[in-house]
Amino acid sequence: MASILSLRKINKTYGENTKNPTKVLFDVDLEFEESSFNSIIGQSGSGKSTLLNIIGSLDRPTSGNIYFKEEDLGKLSNKQLAEFRNRSLGFIFQFHYLLPEFTAMENVLMPYRISKKEITEDVTSRAEELLDIVGLGNFKHKLATNLSGGQQQRVAIARSLINNPSIVLADEPTGNLDSDTTEKVYELLRDINKKFKTTFIIITHDRTVAEKTDRVIEIKDGKVYLDISKQKTL
Amino acid sequence: MKLAFQIAKRFLLASKRQTIVIILGIAVGVSVQVFIGALIAGLQDSLVNTTIGSRSQITINIEDEYITGYNELIDTIKDSSENIRVITPTITTSGSLIKNSNSEIIVLRGFEFDSADNIYKLTEKLTEGSTLPDEDNEILLGINLKENLGIDIGDTVEFDSAIYDNRDFKVVGFFDFEVNEINNTWTISTINTVQAIIEQGDVVGNIEMQLNEVFDAEDFTKTEIAKNIDNKYNISTWISENESLLSGLQGQSISSLMIQIFVIVSVVLGISSTLAITVLQKSKQLGILKAMGIQDSDASLIFLFEGLLLGIFGAIVGLLLGIGLLYAFTTFSGTDIPISFDLGFLALSAGIAIAASMIAALIPALKSRKLSVIEVIRNG
Repeated sequence: MASILSLRKINKTYGENTKNPTKVLFDVDLEFEESSFNSIIGQSGSGKSTLLNIIGSLDRPTSGNIYFKEEDLGKLSNKQLAEFRNRSLGFIFQFHYLLPEFTAMENVLMPYRISKKEITEDVTSRAEELLDIVGLGNFKHKLATNLSGGQQQRVAIARSLINNPSIVLADEPTGNLDSDTTEKVYELLRDINKKFKTTFIIITHDRTVAEKTDRVIEIKDGKVYLDISKQKTL
Repeated sequence: MKLAFQIAKRFLLASKRQTIVIILGIAVGVSVQVFIGALIAGLQDSLVNTTIGSRSQITINIEDEYITGYNELIDTIKDSSENIRVITPTITTSGSLIKNSNSEIIVLRGFEFDSADNIYKLTEKLTEGSTLPDEDNEILLGINLKENLGIDIGDTVEFDSAIYDNRDFKVVGFFDFEVNEINNTWTISTINTVQAIIEQGDVVGNIEMQLNEVFDAEDFTKTEIAKNIDNKYNISTWISENESLLSGLQGQSISSLMIQIFVIVSVVLGISSTLAITVLQKSKQLGILKAMGIQDSDASLIFLFEGLLLGIFGAIVGLLLGIGLLYAFTTFSGTDIPISFDLGFLALSAGIAIAASMIAALIPALKSRKLSVIEVIRNG
């Protein structure tokens, strides 16, 4: 399987120009394969959030390179990085983070509208389909604030997929959901991974969630501590 | 662009109460501006009008001499400046009017009524039953002379000039300028009448003018005229003769300007502080939009559009409020304070408010660029 994202010798130091610089990541090397289903675990303070920000191109490493397919992301301007995020990445966050002023449908369409393309019938029907997949076909026109936590998270999942991203980054996607809903959301991500061949990188501190993924990467003290892949079942 | 506008609209609609408060804040600023501006402009207009509205604003004469060939001179002057609204020749002499045993010292002014009426508004000032003189030796008198001499319309009075021959004049009416000095002494007739008395042929004493822009009299119009006519002529303007009035008017203009500036400053401060708070309030939304790849410029546009929308609605409400205030003031205050109301000024007030709102929105718009996505998303 081809590599979709590779991190080479990533270092990150916060407060470089201050008296007490803090080094958070040490020479991290990681490869992610296309349409794989990965998890990154680690205690808080392990550096996994920093790693997520770097993978998500929300922050730049102090040194080292990130390649998306063949493209060196370090060479892109902030504007190009924003375009890259919009085109190739989908984000799911712990606190849902829908835009409360907009309806479920409008939230799902938001990444598409940010790309400044005309809204076509194809896109709207795709958005509807995604809402159907996450089981919210009947809640299209509800304002985000009127949805429950689990529903909001499912809208966020649909939204992360609207631009057909290559990679979906999920930061504690089930962090504040009850165990039943956690299970449902997890299964949903799995289905999507199979259906759309989307690469998933799930950041979590919950080992039971991590164990359900195909590959578990543990970060400890800013280094890759463990990297276990399960045998793929066909 | 479209997206940023729509997000701005939603943000404003989502927090309705806050939006209404900001709009009212802008509206109050605009209405104060409209109200004070109209009042000051009205006072100024009326002051200008009462003091120089019915008199010559630029006068041309030759010291101790009459002007000959005045029709050509008038044509030359007319062509030298666009600012001249009315131009008329006048001729003046003095003497006494005698009726029975009463005698009054008067100033006899010869007018060309067609054009002079545009300066002196004589027709508006005639008392009942009076008509303008249309034949020589017919005169109009200041209203005070009616009682002082004990005469009425149709009577004949004798004009006694110390230098020239005496004449008999027929009284065709009286006028009231609401200024005692004029009502006591002015006697108005045709140019021919006065020319006949002084026996100098077809001459006049003064060329009098009124202007479109009265404040340009000294610095522009006088210079324009001086360039085209012989330097034997004296050119005097109302400005050089009324320096204290002018400084009063300028003081008023400056105070009006100061009020406007303070209103604008308060509007700008109000909007920018509230919008700065919205950046904080909406930082989650901005964070998520940025993670989804919105460009910094589009994120900034959201706040500029918020400023624009607030400005437009604030201006509209403010204009209505200001007009309402003016209406209430003129209707219920019972005073006779004039209001000068023009659409240009209203448009300017509205334009200033909208521009001020946009400028105020610039600060939060720039601030939104610095917002760190990571912190927002991590710290909830």
